Amino acid sequence: MATLNVLILVCLGYVVLLFGVAFAADRLAAAGKGAWLRSPLIYTLSLSIYCTAWTFYGAVGNAARSGLEFVTIYLGPTLVMISWWWGLRKLVRVGRSQRVTSIADLISSRYGKSNTLAIGVTILAVLGGTPYIALQLQSITLSFSIFAEADPTGLYREGSSVFWVAAGLAVFAILFGTRNLDANERHHGVVTAIAVESVVKLFALLAVGIFVVWGIAGGVEPMMDRIDASEIGQWNVDAGRWTTFVFLSAAAFVCLPRMFQVMVVENADEAHLRTAAWAFPLYLLLMSLFVVPIAVVGLDLLPDGSNPDLFVLTVPLSQGNEWLAMLSFIGGFSSATSMVIVTAMALSTMVSNHVVMPIWLSTQEGGGSVSGDVRNVVLMARRVSIAVIMAFGYYYYRLSGGGAALASIGLVAFAGISQILPALVGGLFWRGATRTGALVGLTTGFLLWIYTLLLPGMGGVLMTDSVLQHGPFGLGWLRPQALFGIEGMDPMVHAVMWSLSLNTMAFCVASLLSFPSPLERLQGAQFVNVFDHSVAPRGWSGSVAQSEDLMIMTQRILGAGPAQEFFQAEAQQQGGRTRLPEPTPVFLERLERELSGSVGAATAHAMIGQIVGGSSVSVEDLLAVADESAQLLEYSSQLEVKSAELSRTARQLREANTKLTQISEQKDSFLSQVSHELRTPMTSIRAFSEIMRDTDGLSVQEQTRYAAIIHDEALRLTRLLDDLLDLSVLESGRVSLNMGGDTLRSVLDRAVSSALAGGSHTLTVRRSIASERLPLHTDLDRLGQVFINLITNAQKYCDADEPVLTISAHDVGGQVVVDFTDNGSGIPPEAQSMVFEKFARIGGDKAGGAGLGLAICREIIQRLGGEITYLPGQGGAAFRVRVPLAYRQAAQ
Amino acid sequence: MSRKVLLIEDEPNIAEAIRFLLTREGWQVETHSEGTDAIEVIQGAQPDLVILDVMLPGKSGMDILRDLRELDDMRSLPVLMLTARGQSRDREMAENAGVSRFMTKPFSNAEVLTAVRDLHAQATQS
Repeated sequence: MATLNVLILVCLGYVVLLFGVAFAADRLAAAGKGAWLRSPLIYTLSLSIYCTAWTFYGAVGNAARSGLEFVTIYLGPTLVMISWWWGLRKLVRVGRSQRVTSIADLISSRYGKSNTLAIGVTILAVLGGTPYIALQLQSITLSFSIFAEADPTGLYREGSSVFWVAAGLAVFAILFGTRNLDANERHHGVVTAIAVESVVKLFALLAVGIFVVWGIAGGVEPMMDRIDASEIGQWNVDAGRWTTFVFLSAAAFVCLPRMFQVMVVENADEAHLRTAAWAFPLYLLLMSLFVVPIAVVGLDLLPDGSNPDLFVLTVPLSQGNEWLAMLSFIGGFSSATSMVIVTAMALSTMVSNHVVMPIWLSTQEGGGSVSGDVRNVVLMARRVSIAVIMAFGYYYYRLSGGGAALASIGLVAFAGISQILPALVGGLFWRGATRTGALVGLTTGFLLWIYTLLLPGMGGVLMTDSVLQHGPFGLGWLRPQALFGIEGMDPMVHAVMWSLSLNTMAFCVASLLSFPSPLERLQGAQFVNVFDHSVAPRGWSGSVAQSEDLMIMTQRILGAGPAQEFFQAEAQQQGGRTRLPEPTPVFLERLERELSGSVGAATAHAMIGQIVGGSSVSVEDLLAVADESAQLLEYSSQLEVKSAELSRTARQLREANTKLTQISEQKDSFLSQVSHELRTPMTSIRAFSEIMRDTDGLSVQEQTRYAAIIHDEALRLTRLLDDLLDLSVLESGRVSLNMGGDTLRSVLDRAVSSALAGGSHTLTVRRSIASERLPLHTDLDRLGQVFINLITNAQKYCDADEPVLTISAHDVGGQVVVDFTDNGSGIPPEAQSMVFEKFARIGGDKAGGAGLGLAICREIIQRLGGEITYLPGQGGAAFRVRVPLAYRQAAQ
Repeated sequence: MSRKVLLIEDEPNIAEAIRFLLTREGWQVETHSEGTDAIEVIQGAQPDLVILDVMLPGKSGMDILRDLRELDDMRSLPVLMLTARGQSRDREMAENAGVSRFMTKPFSNAEVLTAVRDLHAQATQS
């Protein structure tokens, strides 16, 4: 006997295998390989997620209890697949073209993207899914308990095992379902793992069936005899129950979140539906093939009171075939896990997208500012949702007592989820359906389902027997299982009839009475007319006359040259009989591609559509054009930003260039000035030295005079060179300052005597000695040089009859201010701004200076951390020197 | 046959040297040191030849020459231009302005004398 430990190990090993499959499939898909991952076979197999543990174990149980009624669960989906595949195609097309992520998203999207509806559908799906998950828990727990009965260690306890199964499945679903964040992308890994599980469960059930028929009964004919002898074989059909169950399973097949996930969201190609239309019913047929034999043999072999839901396990075990039992267990485990994974994935997407994220976003300050941690929030929301959904399932199981038959729990869930059907089908086929209608219908159906089915089914926990027997507050016509006095019906049929019919009626009436919003109208038109507008197969046809128009339009978009080239090339390809190509579908599609490169796909399609006239421009086309325009606008605003950046850079470059040009011009002008200043004295020297050399009979006076001129000009040259060197050293900043301390008075004393001694002009200097008793710590020689220059300038340029220079000094906040003001006519206003520039000699060159003196002064004073300025409006030329009393390094 | 030269030069020493040289050659030398009124001075003096400095206070030699050539009776007046700015661009500008001879300072005395003689000879021949 296999012990529980072995069983757990096998389960874990199987889960690891599934992970391996999922991981490998994801890797293949990411690498762009493995086209078979998107094959119709995988799609069909993934649809068989419909068969859960309920179908795996419960069908046999159902057959053992109610005969052939179990077939209804297979009939519903089969009918949908075979006779309503066109409806499914529409669903898939809408789902893909609207990029929906779940059935809640689809409903919300159809009715004007209403989040209220999305939340409603989500709640319904969670409540409907809860009993279903409880069902899986129950089936796994029961199958464990079968093995545990014989387990010698006796460690098995039911209560804790349910909890651990639920926790394990939650972890499994979290690991599996939330690996990929993007719900829009298909989960190749999960779908492939589910396909594998589908094969495993089918294989397990077939193996048990074959064992029963050929291993126990001894062949087909003895088996048929046994069936005939059994009660099950009796064709005992309750029309009400059959119709209800077929309808319910059909509705659930379309509405179940997990079915929607694999059928619509994970669909890679609409064409897969065509294969699934026959392959999936075939799968269901195989699944149901041995249900009756197993049930019959189980009833025969096993003692009365054995749970028929577990015949698939207990029949092989009773025959001592442990390995087959183990395989069967794995089959059941597969059914349960695949259902739980996909349901949890689908539900958690719904919960996180429609409940958690809107709430989270509304609590974030600044509304739209969605930062990078949203990813984590979404993942967290999904994981927590899965855990909560599993917890719901667990508590439902505990509340319902775990005793109810598997099949009836499944049907409760089916009935709940079917409440979506009117809104879904109405939304797909009736443009008049409105959001209000959907909301009212869903609410009505939902409440009735809870009242008539869910609460009574929970066995007196949430609804007392007295309510069940006599109605709430003793109102007999409100009895949950006999509404409006209609008694004697099967509770399930009763509940489905009332909830769905009132749901549909409320939906229709409220839709007719309410008015859709513009967005609803638009979405409604897109859903109902999805095949007219959507992108999948669209071809063109047109007549030759239209080629001219197409040419004109293309020229406008591509420009004359490229358009003609394109048309000529196309005409040649068609055989070159005409100048313009005939508008064959192939040509038109190529043209559309060519144009969409310039104007976007939707616009290109709409433009060609207008000319070729295959279809008028639809609202959707216009919307798509608007979308593209918005993208173009965004793109162009990005371009604008870029172009602004470029023009800023260009402006900076231009400014730099202007500066460089100015500097270059300044340098040229400086060199030109220097050249002039050097050549002028040299001209005099050369001219007079030649005169003295070449001229005979010069008088002594003449000789003396000319020699004096040569001497003066030589001195002038020397001065100029000295000044230039001085300036160059000062400007380069390489000047070394000799700091010393003395009073201002003694510095001025030396400067005045030095300046007056060298000059030929008379100049009276007026000073106020008292104010000059300021201690200075600076480069005294350089400061003296500035003073000498200013005094000399006054000496040279003061045009008064009796030139007087007034020197006044005072200290202001740690600085000494010395003003030199003469009594001449001063410097003309237009020249005042120029006095400190190099070679800026004002008013002729009377004194033979090169015009560098004040430029040098300015440089020196700047080095000393002060400034020299011209003071306008002082009567004569007035200069103000301001230097710190104590030189500071930082001032440099 | 009195030959008159008008020397417009703001450097007094250079003016004195040229006056010395040309006086000895038999020229009557008049001098002027301002740019502003140079045209009027030329018109008033009616010289046979003008020696013109480029960098003059008030108005540059180039502008004076350009304005001078605008005047009908001054088109063919020989103008010898002297400049201390050693840039080839100046020679080009001077030629465009209608200079008769262009010389860069410092010059040799012999050069100046030759130039003056040549210019005068050309002017009297034509």
